[in-house]
Amino acid sequence: MINELILMNGYGTYVWSAFLFTLMSFTVLYFVIKLQLSKEQKRFALKFHSLNEGKARTARSQKINKEILSSTSNI
Amino acid sequence: MFKYFEPNKIFPLTSKAIKYVLFLFIIVLTVGLTEALILSPEDYKQGDAARIMYVHVPAAWISLGVFSSLALLSVGSFLFKNKNFSLIAKSLAPSGFVFSIIALVTGSIWGKPTWGTWWAWDARITSMLILVIFYGMYLLAWRVYENNEKAIKVTSMIAIIGAVNIPIIKFSVDWWNTLHQPASINILSTNTAIHSSMLIPLSIMTAAFALFSLLIFLMKYNTELIKVKNKGLNRL
Repeated sequence: MINELILMNGYGTYVWSAFLFTLMSFTVLYFVIKLQLSKEQKRFALKFHSLNEGKARTARSQKINKEILSSTSNI
Repeated sequence: MFKYFEPNKIFPLTSKAIKYVLFLFIIVLTVGLTEALILSPEDYKQGDAARIMYVHVPAAWISLGVFSSLALLSVGSFLFKNKNFSLIAKSLAPSGFVFSIIALVTGSIWGKPTWGTWWAWDARITSMLILVIFYGMYLLAWRVYENNEKAIKVTSMIAIIGAVNIPIIKFSVDWWNTLHQPASINILSTNTAIHSSMLIPLSIMTAAFALFSLLIFLMKYNTELIKVKNKGLNRL
């Protein structure tokens, strides 16, 4: 059963390489995009925390900024 | 109508949706892989090599769908001067690009046991290669132009010009004599040349690939929104 699955009547090399290439591409793309997202979140958090009190209050008044900060704490 | 799609309103939704889409994608992909590699029967002509279809066909469909969306969003961006359209298009492009490469590479791997060659300058394969080049140019243009307005204009032009290639890819197997087989499934008709034992795994794998595309889109879209908000902090 396992041998049949691996060899696939002689087509195993082709079938498995096509599936592995696909899954590897998925993994690489997922981690590249995740890295970009967490970098941008960190950059936002750093910038936000370096704001003075007045500017921070203005920034905090925007709901989306609070959402970004809360998502940053999850990374 | 566009006010409901404002980034400020949809960010909470897109950031929460990521983990659910990832979870759903893993489940659907696991079921799809089991069906495609173990449960589905081998083809009577191509044998087990036909299993490559379960990654090749969904990847090709989604890469075409994503590029069509890029073109539509680019037209929308020109007509309505709505920057969110170009932001959505920019976020869709990476998954479309990767899917077009997957379609080309898995097609090449499938070509060796069935046609006896890795590559042929066949109308379908060549037009698909042109799609990969258009995706490449689209993504490169976003990196090259620092001026956002200029980048939106150039990328929109690339997407609209590249959209001409979409019907060429679709109908290339009907218009020219190609090595590539004609379409076995027509979404506009109930007639299909594929038996349900193969159609079901193909549908599940297509759903898994669509979920992955959605996952990448959501992550990329959030990245782009945070970039915009970062610039907003600079202006405070």
